[in-house]
Amino acid sequence: MNTYSPKTTGSPGPTEETLDIRDLGFWLYLMTDAIIFSLLFATYVVMFQNTATGPLPIEVFDIKHVFGETVFLLFSSVTFGFASLASVREHKSQAVFWLIVTIVLGLGFISLEVVEFVGMIQSGAGPQTSGFLTAFFTLVGTHGAHVSLGMIGILVMIFQILIKGLTSPVKSRLHRLGMFWHFLDIVWIGIFSIVYMPGWLI
Amino acid sequence: MRSQQAMALNNDGYLAPEHFDQVFSSHGTIMIFFMAMPFLTGLINIVVPQQIGARDVAFPFMNSISLWLTAAGAALVMVSLVIGKFSTAGWTGYPPYSGAEYSPGVGVDYWIWALLVSGVGSTMTGINFVVTIIKCRAPKMRLMQMPLFTWTTLCTSLLMAFAFPALTVVAAMLGLDRILGFHFFTNDSGGNMMNYANLIWIWGHPEVYILILPAFGVFSEVVATFSQKRLFGYKSLVYATAVITVLSFSVWLHHFFTMGSSPNVNAVFGIVTMIIAVPTGVKIFDWVFTMYKGRIIFHPAMLFTIGFLVTFVLGGVSGVLLAIPPADFLMHNSTFLVAHFHNVLIPGAVFGYFAGFQYWFPKATGFKLDEKWGARSFWFWIIGFYLAFMPLYALGFMGMSRRMERYDVAEWQPFLIVAAVGALSVLIGIVCQGMQLYVSIRDREKNRDITGDPYNGRTLEWQTASPPAEYNFAKIPDIQDIDAFWDMKQRGVAYAPAKEYEDIHLPRNTGIGVFLGGLGFLIGFAVTWYIWWLVALGFLGVLACLITRSSQDHTYQIILQPKSRPMKRLVSRHWRKRNQHRGISGHEHIQP
Repeated sequence: MNTYSPKTTGSPGPTEETLDIRDLGFWLYLMTDAIIFSLLFATYVVMFQNTATGPLPIEVFDIKHVFGETVFLLFSSVTFGFASLASVREHKSQAVFWLIVTIVLGLGFISLEVVEFVGMIQSGAGPQTSGFLTAFFTLVGTHGAHVSLGMIGILVMIFQILIKGLTSPVKSRLHRLGMFWHFLDIVWIGIFSIVYMPGWLI
Repeated sequence: MRSQQAMALNNDGYLAPEHFDQVFSSHGTIMIFFMAMPFLTGLINIVVPQQIGARDVAFPFMNSISLWLTAAGAALVMVSLVIGKFSTAGWTGYPPYSGAEYSPGVGVDYWIWALLVSGVGSTMTGINFVVTIIKCRAPKMRLMQMPLFTWTTLCTSLLMAFAFPALTVVAAMLGLDRILGFHFFTNDSGGNMMNYANLIWIWGHPEVYILILPAFGVFSEVVATFSQKRLFGYKSLVYATAVITVLSFSVWLHHFFTMGSSPNVNAVFGIVTMIIAVPTGVKIFDWVFTMYKGRIIFHPAMLFTIGFLVTFVLGGVSGVLLAIPPADFLMHNSTFLVAHFHNVLIPGAVFGYFAGFQYWFPKATGFKLDEKWGARSFWFWIIGFYLAFMPLYALGFMGMSRRMERYDVAEWQPFLIVAAVGALSVLIGIVCQGMQLYVSIRDREKNRDITGDPYNGRTLEWQTASPPAEYNFAKIPDIQDIDAFWDMKQRGVAYAPAKEYEDIHLPRNTGIGVFLGGLGFLIGFAVTWYIWWLVALGFLGVLACLITRSSQDHTYQIILQPKSRPMKRLVSRHWRKRNQHRGISGHEHIQP
């Protein structure tokens, strides 16, 4: 029996070591997310010829539109990188500025995607039309949902930087959010080269 | 189920077909997701931080979310008994039967959301324990000095983290098919239902090893402690575990040899399936050699281990038989298969958890379990097991398929009656476990574990008090060998008070995990019944919880160590009592 009851005190934050541990945890989380995406990719590859009575990939993909989306997302990754550099150099206002730019670019990406989805659904190429479109909407939509969540995260981080300043927990959160954002970029490159490009080639 | 089949010759038995289907679906779901998974996660939570000399897991808050999400998933299954019905599609829920067209009710939706909610929890548990074991070990503990249970936990956690996303994906796809009319697995419009079988077994086969590896870890600890020897072939056990972990991702196709893959594909998966039996065989030999020339103590945990060794070999052999694709074509979906997987999972997983329960109970509660009732429950369990499942092997050869609620072959009935008797014996075994718990709690003062080390243990969890303090170790232990605690006892430093104690940095308690679990339940329930405003509210609540938590910086507390004196007294008192208790003065080999 443990009869000794110790006194507790204070409410400190996490130590540097715990922050380091959180990074590893976040890497693992990203890997689990990568598995979700890879299974969605695999399913898309299995199903993209199952167009049934619906349209073919080449009939629904618009290269200019996808180019716009890609530009927005890739540049948002660059601007997030600037925000990370600013946070390392303790430039609070610069970090907030670049995060705002990132959110604007992210919004650009999402709105283009929404326009694309709505246009497809209105022209009768919704996810209920065929196996191909089901797989397409699920894969690209899951990515879009991730980007939206990431933007909420950026918003939270902007407020945290403004209110708390660039303390070490805030910086470590920003670092992990950055990993998440760049990860989504990589997934998009996968979508671009596995979903859209073969769509035009075939 | 067995009694239904024993009586249902040429008549309907006592369960309607619809009800029988619900029974076998919920039996599989509950046993895998809400018996086995929480049981093994619970053992891991109690034991692993102590075995690696850590004060806590890497992510205590995430751990609490995992727990409450699992509870939420279980609650969804329970609610389905009262409000609406549970799935009738079996525990794997194959489409098209589980699709909206053939299962229009809410049953399959309950099943999907129970899996989604608890599956996210399991993914997080996996991440948590990988990081805990990699990053939070006592500074001097090398990987190859970790206790075997910690090793198997590491492998299981990796499997959880990398297999459960597949379950999330496949359940979400089925949900999209059902709710929004997508065409992942439908029969028309370009759906591909064979993709479902692939996706669910990409999760499902690693899941088998998620269930079994921790039990292997328990057996390794138990067999070494109660043979009073160092584990035979520590390294080979570690490597065998790692090989099983890797191979477990490459055998999923053997669950559907009959689906029509080409002979070459089937052959490859058949061969890999046979190869995975090799590291498992290595383990069996390691455990047997550990017992060889050991001074064996027949504690109930050890009884379950020996029962496992004998029975599991039978299950493994029948598995290798099923791994031959042409043979599988004959036995697929027969009761032979049912007998096979019960024959591996009951000794391989359930007996392991029971052994762990018997073994670590004093560590968690501070008093020992009654051994007499433990032994009784073991004997009823093992006899019941053989009676219940050996006839099913024969029935499989006689052509009986699984999940039958009625049949008209008179020759089957004697076998089914024997099986029902076996199930009854297992039930008595379970009653004995209840008695064991009752008797042990009644006599808890007599069975108090004052030493923290009731079995002369070998690994670090026996160095702490029973139950351990919130911070486990007042001083992080100094590890120099594989059985670290045993080694310390040999060197006479196991209970030596430290010169200095430092203040301890520990996480504060938080209730947000409970809220998240509650919200998970709410979302699952709302989607099942198409209450969309509640779904939206649930997700907003989740977001609010996460933002609140992510904005909290001061989530830790400091436990003060006042000048080390009280600790010193506490430690030396333990040491004295331990010696009085055993009637010894040093740390010799203790005879049974």
